[in-house]
Amino acid sequence: MIFVDYKTNNGELKITLKGRLDAVFVSKVWHETINKLASTKPSLLEIDASGVDYCNGAGAALLLQLKQKQENENRQFSIVGLRKDFEQLINIFDPGVVSENTKKSNSFSRFVKDAGRMCYRVLSDTKTEISFIGELISKLIVAFLKPSSLKLSDTFLIAEKSGANAVGITCLLGFLIGMILSFQSAIAMQQFGAQIYVADLIVISLFRELGPLITAIIFAARSGSAYAAEIGTMKVNEEIDALVTMGIDPIKYLAVPRMLAGIFMMPLLTMFNLLLGLIGCGFVMLSLGFSPVVYLNRIQEAATLGDLAGGLAKTLVFGLVIAGIGCFRGLQTATGASAVGDSATKAVVSSIIAIVVLDGVFAVVYYYVGI
Amino acid sequence: MRENSNTIIRVENLTAGYGDVAIIKDVNFEVKAGEIFVILGGSGCGKSTLMKHMIGLLPPVSGKVLIDGKDIVTAKGQDKIEILKGIGVMYQNGALFGSMNLIENICLVLEEYTDLPKDAMEFIARMRLKVVSLDGSEYKMPSEISGGMKKRAAIARAMALDPKILFLDEPSAGLDPITSSQLDDLIIELSRSLGITFVIVTHELPSIYKVADRVVMLDKNTKSIIATGKPDDLRDNSDNPWVRQFFNRES
Repeated sequence: MIFVDYKTNNGELKITLKGRLDAVFVSKVWHETINKLASTKPSLLEIDASGVDYCNGAGAALLLQLKQKQENENRQFSIVGLRKDFEQLINIFDPGVVSENTKKSNSFSRFVKDAGRMCYRVLSDTKTEISFIGELISKLIVAFLKPSSLKLSDTFLIAEKSGANAVGITCLLGFLIGMILSFQSAIAMQQFGAQIYVADLIVISLFRELGPLITAIIFAARSGSAYAAEIGTMKVNEEIDALVTMGIDPIKYLAVPRMLAGIFMMPLLTMFNLLLGLIGCGFVMLSLGFSPVVYLNRIQEAATLGDLAGGLAKTLVFGLVIAGIGCFRGLQTATGASAVGDSATKAVVSSIIAIVVLDGVFAVVYYYVGI
Repeated sequence: MRENSNTIIRVENLTAGYGDVAIIKDVNFEVKAGEIFVILGGSGCGKSTLMKHMIGLLPPVSGKVLIDGKDIVTAKGQDKIEILKGIGVMYQNGALFGSMNLIENICLVLEEYTDLPKDAMEFIARMRLKVVSLDGSEYKMPSEISGGMKKRAAIARAMALDPKILFLDEPSAGLDPITSSQLDDLIIELSRSLGITFVIVTHELPSIYKVADRVVMLDKNTKSIIATGKPDDLRDNSDNPWVRQFFNRES
């Protein structure tokens, strides 16, 4: 049963509460009582709680809130008839006055502070990124010069997880993309009676651009994020700290094997992707009525070894960069579960940006070199 | 401890385990309303497992766990939620949500189960934090506070819905003696002033002597309870040598 009653008398407000003072009660009367208090501004607020037969934290909150509002205005407050055990509850729970500035600061000064922090963060991030890339490359060179210092079993395990296990999805995507692209271009080429050149179009675009790009995006989404999440979780669990105190360099132990796996697996995966892309294209060509021999001849005539090699060379760099970014984001992880998710997201986003930018750089370089 | 002898939790013939391995066999005990009840035992004897069964996280192989007369094992849907609203749990490392500040951590259940206005919820959250002496850290993130503060914040969060029973998993593990003793004081005060029943899993002897009204002691070998009673009694008068060793910290 819920009962509230308000009586005003000579600038004094008397609120009578009856029933169970719990969350249900309080949620109904909270605004009402506080608005009433704000509108009447009584010199004395008296609460008659003799009819209250139960009071929990929510009830105590209501009484304390009213008390605080009154006392903030230097006005009188009293509770009568509250049972002893409930009165004790209120004494324990009194949270005191919360100073407003711990809560919120001025919105303009907050904006300036946030902007400053943001700039600082971007600059210091760039700095750590540059030094991290330097560190990675120097350690990678050391690993190449002294392969005995490397944990080969780890490297192979990582290569299996992010390379061999990714063959399926890479092949599937290659096949579908090859098929879809050749089908779409066949429709356009048909108008010129140039359907035989679909093979040229597909093989060049797959070898030079699409194959490496699609494989790189798969690798970033599948393995780059996994590296970031795994290393990030290790960071959260203080496992990275454990490595450091054992005198084991986390970059050498964690990042180098992953980057090696990336460098070696990306070209292999790309080759699978290209092969299946060509098979997919072959299906469409067959259905258009060309014989397999004609298709194969067309491919051989259209693409040079240089096209293939140029595409695969790119993937070496993509693999290195994706794995490096994954490890970097993982090692950057802050604390908490959400930080691991953030790292994985950041790893994928920065990898994809890096892939596209690098691809553009390669296009320009290849143009001038004449590949 | 309040003078009240009503049984609030009753564990009947509980057998629990993971897969084929039994951890606890055929355990029976009762917790009275308002008492501070401690589950203790050596490492790996199934203390935490027992607690996880008592709060309905794990299904037992057989047996019942009655909380206020209702079986948490078989309860489903709304009934289970009603039982869960009556209990609060503090996990070993706090299990605070890392992406929310302390106030939001506490407000989460209030938003879920009550229609309180936003400022009322915040006020209640601040009240809870005040009780565990965390006033001033309301808007901090869990990663910004120390281990002891996290445990206290977790207790505050467990109290959000005014539960009758609080389960604490290793409240003093990993804390310095002073912080640990402050936590013990807090438990005693909450028990006395609010009449909350505590079920505590721990093996910290000083804290057991200080807070426990009654203990049950689990044994790894027999997979059952080997002693029940007041800690002082068990230390001095138990007929089981292992129990005496445990309480006297001998090896």
